[in-house]
Amino acid sequence: MITVSHAHKNYGDFAALDDVSLEIPSGALTALLGPSGSGKSTLLRSIAGLEALDSGIVSIGGVDVTREPPQKRGIGFVFQHYAAFKHMTVRDNVAFGLTVRKRPKAEVRRKVDELLEIVGLDGFQHRYPAQLSGGQRQRMALARALAVDPQVLLLDEPFGALDAKVRADLRRWLRRLHNEVHVTTVLVTHDQEEALDIADSIAVLNKGRIEQVGDPVSLYERPANDFVMSFLGSVAKLGGQLVRPHDIVLERDRTAALAADALVPGSPGVVEAVVERVVRLGFEVRVELRTESGDRFAAQVTRTEADRARFERDETVYARAVRPADEDSPQPALAI
Amino acid sequence: MTTTRRSRLTLRVLALTYVLGLLALPILVILYRTFEPGIGTFLESIRTPAAISALNLSLTIVAIVVPLNVVFGVVTAIALVRWRVPGRGIIQAIVDLPFAVSPIVVGVSLIMLWGASGWFGGLEGSTGIRVIFGLPGMVLATLFVTLPFVVREVEPVLHEVGIDQEQAASTLGASAWQTFWRITVPAIRWGLTYGVVLTVARALGEFGAVIMVSSGFPGVSQTLTLLVHSRYIDDHNTYGAYAAATLLMALAIATLLLMTLLDRKRSTR
Repeated sequence: MITVSHAHKNYGDFAALDDVSLEIPSGALTALLGPSGSGKSTLLRSIAGLEALDSGIVSIGGVDVTREPPQKRGIGFVFQHYAAFKHMTVRDNVAFGLTVRKRPKAEVRRKVDELLEIVGLDGFQHRYPAQLSGGQRQRMALARALAVDPQVLLLDEPFGALDAKVRADLRRWLRRLHNEVHVTTVLVTHDQEEALDIADSIAVLNKGRIEQVGDPVSLYERPANDFVMSFLGSVAKLGGQLVRPHDIVLERDRTAALAADALVPGSPGVVEAVVERVVRLGFEVRVELRTESGDRFAAQVTRTEADRARFERDETVYARAVRPADEDSPQPALAI
Repeated sequence: MTTTRRSRLTLRVLALTYVLGLLALPILVILYRTFEPGIGTFLESIRTPAAISALNLSLTIVAIVVPLNVVFGVVTAIALVRWRVPGRGIIQAIVDLPFAVSPIVVGVSLIMLWGASGWFGGLEGSTGIRVIFGLPGMVLATLFVTLPFVVREVEPVLHEVGIDQEQAASTLGASAWQTFWRITVPAIRWGLTYGVVLTVARALGEFGAVIMVSSGFPGVSQTLTLLVHSRYIDDHNTYGAYAAATLLMALAIATLLLMTLLDRKRSTR
């Protein structure tokens, strides 16, 4: 388990970490999610010892490591831009942590070959990093970090420098790897989809503070505040409240809309709007709307729903939310 | 900018004339004059006791100056790039000072510091070490003029490789010393090689600062450059000056070739 308590870190006037406390459970894959400048990388680098906290305590596995250098923290770290040792072969890169520990040659060799097989780089032993693709370099970096049997694996935007397709492949691969290796893993990302996809638990950071910690489903369904809600997925503003576009129901009949809305406690009410545009995005259909006062928002409906209703441009509809963004209110069953 | 065929041709001729006229021609003339009377005459001229002593002295100075400047240069470059040293601007300016100051001024100021009536002039009386008109003075003068080369070649390379690899090494358990030898040194290798080549070339070729602090006796305290000078000016031995100059050039070229070969060997290992 990693525990961070009351961590503070300032760069001049800028507070990168502002009283951050966090517990990261053992064996799980935890994502630190936030926009750039939220302090997520600083938090990760502080856990690694690459950044010194102004105040606060970091402990790994119950041991206070706040004053320990990175070498003594039992960590593996993967950098966004790979940090491959350019003058070494793939084998020497992965073996680095073992050779500085002066392990016997045969053991190093066995371990390196085993790891390269796990990360799918078997047969690349004698290549140099420059001869690998971005995804291969990052897998090599991962093997290198795992070679020293770290207590915790820390990944700083590991897929950030890769293109979308490779990124999606590699993160699924990482999730499968984690299911096999089970090392406590912390991953920094600004990509909410990535966090929702692979993390067991997500900590959302904003302006150096932790906004909310929880599993992906509860964060998405019950965000603690508007920031978490709008950062995890798209939102629409309905009657002054933030709601998910797919939680908006559009009706032609005002009376029916009002009657249905009355059953949803704490709802933002029924909003009259004009259809501006209907966009088909494969299975989903986005209906762009404008209220009388000129506010724009979008509702997301399924194709089946859109085919049934056949919304036309310039027609007036009545929008209501089936689930208001209020964590205390009871959640009604999805009504379509 | 579009260039016509004609203006392109004119530019090329101009550039070529410039390079050939200013750089290649003087060197070619010296080579021609050196080897015109045959290789035997050349060898004879560089085998005189004065010439052998001058070669030894020049190489001795290089052998002292290069290691010192490598250590100093690498440490300074790392300090300037990696550590948050207070007064970085001042250090940068000091490192560049030898580029700005004329070597002869360096010689004069060394005499004022270490000469018999200088600030540290008492050293000779108390320890018997003769700085000015001795080897230490020539080493100090050469150190001064060659100081910037390693720093200035290593610094941009350190900037470019960044800190990621060093940090990765530390997370993998490498000590600062292991990181330096296994990660930093291989990364700055090229800059360091070039810095060393420039230092060697300048140390061999330095004249102004060294002539001020050398007693200038042939066979005792003449470096190769001083030998070229004294043969030409004092002895009116024009041919001997050409021969010594060719030897100087050969040494510089040999250094360049050696460093390139060493580097190639290491990188293909």
